[in-house]
Amino acid sequence: MTLSRRALLGAAACSSLLARRLFSATPAKLRIGLLLPYSGTYAALGHNITDAMKLAASEHGGKLGGREVEWVAVDDESDPAKAPANVNKLIAGEKVDILTGPVHSGVAMAMMQIVRQENVLTVVTNAGAQAVTGTLCAPHVFRTSFSNWQTSYPCADVMLKDGRKKAVLMFWNYSFGQESMAAFKEGYAKGGGTIVKEIAVPFPTTEFQANLSEIASLKPDAVFVFFAGAGAAKFVKDYADAGLRDRVALYGSGFLTEGVLAAQGAAAEGIKTTLHYADALDNPANRKFREAFKKATNREADVYAVAGYDTVNVLAQALEKVKGDTGAHSELIAALESARIDSPRGRFRFSKTHNPIQDVYLRQVRGGREAVVGVAMKDAEDPGAGCKMGK
Amino acid sequence: MRRRLLLLAAAAALGAVAFSGDRFWLQFLGKAMIGSILAMSLDLLVGFTGLVSLAHSAFFGLAAYLLAGLTNRFDLVNPVVTLPLCVAFAAACALVIGWLSLRATGVYFIMVTLAFTQMLFYLFNDSPALGGSDGLYVKTRPIEGRAAAYVAIWAAVVLVYLLLSRLLRAPYGRVLEGIRGNDQRMRSLGYPTRRYKLVAFVIAGALAGLAGYLDATLYGFVNPAQLGWRQSGLILVTVLLGGRGTLYGPALGALLLAFIEHYGERVTDHWNALIAALVIAVVLFLPRGLAGLVQGTPRA
Amino acid sequence: MSLSLFVLQVVNGLEYGLLLFLVASGLTLVFGVLGVLNFAHGSFYMLGAYLAWWLSERTGSLLVAILVAIPAMVVIGLAVERLAIARLYARDHLSQVLLTYGLVLLFNELQRALWGNDVHGVSTPRALAWTMHLGETQTWPAWRAFTALACVGIGVAMRQIVLKTRFGMRVRAGASNAEMVEALGIDVRRLFAILFSAGTALAGLAGMLAAPLTTVYPGMGESVLILSFVVVVIGGIGSIKGAFFGALLVGLADTFGKVLLPGFASAIVYAVMAAVLLWRPRGLLGPAFEGR
Repeated sequence: MTLSRRALLGAAACSSLLARRLFSATPAKLRIGLLLPYSGTYAALGHNITDAMKLAASEHGGKLGGREVEWVAVDDESDPAKAPANVNKLIAGEKVDILTGPVHSGVAMAMMQIVRQENVLTVVTNAGAQAVTGTLCAPHVFRTSFSNWQTSYPCADVMLKDGRKKAVLMFWNYSFGQESMAAFKEGYAKGGGTIVKEIAVPFPTTEFQANLSEIASLKPDAVFVFFAGAGAAKFVKDYADAGLRDRVALYGSGFLTEGVLAAQGAAAEGIKTTLHYADALDNPANRKFREAFKKATNREADVYAVAGYDTVNVLAQALEKVKGDTGAHSELIAALESARIDSPRGRFRFSKTHNPIQDVYLRQVRGGREAVVGVAMKDAEDPGAGCKMGK
Repeated sequence: MRRRLLLLAAAAALGAVAFSGDRFWLQFLGKAMIGSILAMSLDLLVGFTGLVSLAHSAFFGLAAYLLAGLTNRFDLVNPVVTLPLCVAFAAACALVIGWLSLRATGVYFIMVTLAFTQMLFYLFNDSPALGGSDGLYVKTRPIEGRAAAYVAIWAAVVLVYLLLSRLLRAPYGRVLEGIRGNDQRMRSLGYPTRRYKLVAFVIAGALAGLAGYLDATLYGFVNPAQLGWRQSGLILVTVLLGGRGTLYGPALGALLLAFIEHYGERVTDHWNALIAALVIAVVLFLPRGLAGLVQGTPRA
Repeated sequence: MSLSLFVLQVVNGLEYGLLLFLVASGLTLVFGVLGVLNFAHGSFYMLGAYLAWWLSERTGSLLVAILVAIPAMVVIGLAVERLAIARLYARDHLSQVLLTYGLVLLFNELQRALWGNDVHGVSTPRALAWTMHLGETQTWPAWRAFTALACVGIGVAMRQIVLKTRFGMRVRAGASNAEMVEALGIDVRRLFAILFSAGTALAGLAGMLAAPLTTVYPGMGESVLILSFVVVVIGGIGSIKGAFFGALLVGLADTFGKVLLPGFASAIVYAVMAAVLLWRPRGLLGPAFEGR
């Protein structure tokens, strides 16, 4: 009984291996793995990134470097507890040629742990954790989105230039919020600003009243915050309702208004944020992209979609150079390192630590729309602290 | 008999996978078997003692975090040292939390265990010194190599099953079942029921710690999400779907759920609806869980 | 902390607690009388909020939306009770937990399929879209005050119904001894169906009232669900009065925890619950029956 079981199982394992070999001997498709949330709080982000990637691929005729693209998507549910198993599924199980994703930085940390021991080319499409292109950086890991530092550090200068030298910080107490605040404080201290108080709010609670009363009594010049998604929508409304909007200027990293402006309505009026993208950016690539995305999905594009779109475009560029041979590892990495991307966000290239060097814009909500006021930081480059690569 | 054959076949098949060397199946089934350990040990409380605990994930996570701390801070890696330390730590935490929680009964007991789980979750999630929301890496793993880790997990599952079935057949196990049936009566018969329950709680906690240790070894990654009540909830669902009050039900249920999750996701975009349908169907039509499908089954 | 700020924080805590009470009251009712641990209660809250948003987009008025959505919630409650819950009264708590967990997954999928994943804002009725001054530094939207008052009103009404009416008498009898009620010739099935749909409607109503304050988003039911369980247990299962005080306690603990113990803020509510239950293992005003 036991023996025959074993034999059977061994045979099954062999035949599936054989089938895979035979299958890949035919003109191989390019298997791109997507580790993204399709359910839960971040589902909207996962869908936008995916749809933009598919849009970009279709603009290249469904082929990158001459190979037809095949998508392998896994719903990561933004759950770090499930992340190692999901990464294993994509790399070892589905044997993807290229791995992309995720949104959640806890998931990204689990992914980096495994990816650093594997030789699979990885492109991070959203998660801004500093470590990805910092202490954990690796030659075969690139990021097309942003580092948390890039979204917050430039805002310090903006506030100081507006003459606001006494600030309260308020943020969701998890790594995204903590890293954003650290970056902001670095810039703010350099410019001579003082921080009156730091208010860490448990993630993902959206009950802000107690802390708003606190801010009202502290009377700072300005408040700098990190919130995103539903929390951002609620915070901005509560801030206005508490009568603080007209009294204490509100600043934030761009996620404060990204994707939730409609839900915030008039409450968001006048808020200044910094981000590497804005819907209203006036360049041909952006206009073309937004129109095509709207046509393909019937939704408006956003900063998340841009990262997905650019991911496929930069891969197309690099794979063209190596004629689609994902086995030519070092050539492929070199091609990515030298790539120049004409993105909807403006032109960008990769830094030595493989994070985008990109302009960070100052945006302000005017008349219910995000207006681009100017460039808060030209060619912002993440310091990549702790990265031992390329130095 | 059917049950014993089923178990033997499953154990043999799982053991055989170790020789395949396929990295996907080694990790996938390794993870699934860790789920089996968790489900069996929680069932000791839920199915056999009548205690529904939401602290199971906490003991799992505490052991995993201790392993990360030992290897990263103190260079203590050798499993001969770290394994007993981590399991003992989980057991000690279970002793304290159990001793406090067992003052309450029924739903109140569930909620006290939830409270402790959440406090521990936030302790790790909110302290950057403990890794914060991003979690920690286990820099050097006690058991090197996927196949070796897999074999260790396989051996652990078999041992946990044997240990628990032994325990439940012993007089101690009979007392636990008596407590589940009628706590009051057992007390009036002179059994110190609270102490019996506490011992069961500590054993279950230690085994959850064993699972956490193995998980951290398999993946080298620990995260607060593994500690949160949601994970406890998932283990509880596994126990209920598998069939509480049997050991093989939850053990095989954990494996089956892993496969359903793996393949279900490919079949449909709305695969959560699939799980929902499965859960509802099992409750309505299989009151004894999936174990009810295997006929002629005496307890444990 | 100055006195005025202290008073302000007390108001914040009470206001938060009152909304929690509205969600928890339905939960404790269903739990105490039917003996059903209903995990889908949070889903009903979410459903109410989404209905408020969706209907007010269509009708242009939140009040009209609420008036339409409440009967809808009652119908949903009746349907869920008849099709699923009613089959499980004879079974133990855990089967019910598993079933309602399945319902949670189902409602989440439903929300995803019907309304997508975006965050939506709900505008307050124009008559209540003004703010009042609260101390010299802060303002308060009238809708918040209205919601708080509505919660108090509903709480008082529930108490009157349970204590003073014939229906309330049956409910109380059902809570203490279901078999005796049946022996007295009262249709328990009907009683349970009415109560369950009332609980559903209360959760939905809480979602509708909260929608303009919290915005509407996927997964909004889950955080509320856990907190309502905390409230119910602190107060003592089945006790509406207990839920009321439990909710205020949780609201105040959360508010002052955030201000005074920021590093411990997330855990404070759970610490309070653990402390209460270690002191009184059946909640503040828990009834005498065990195991519920």
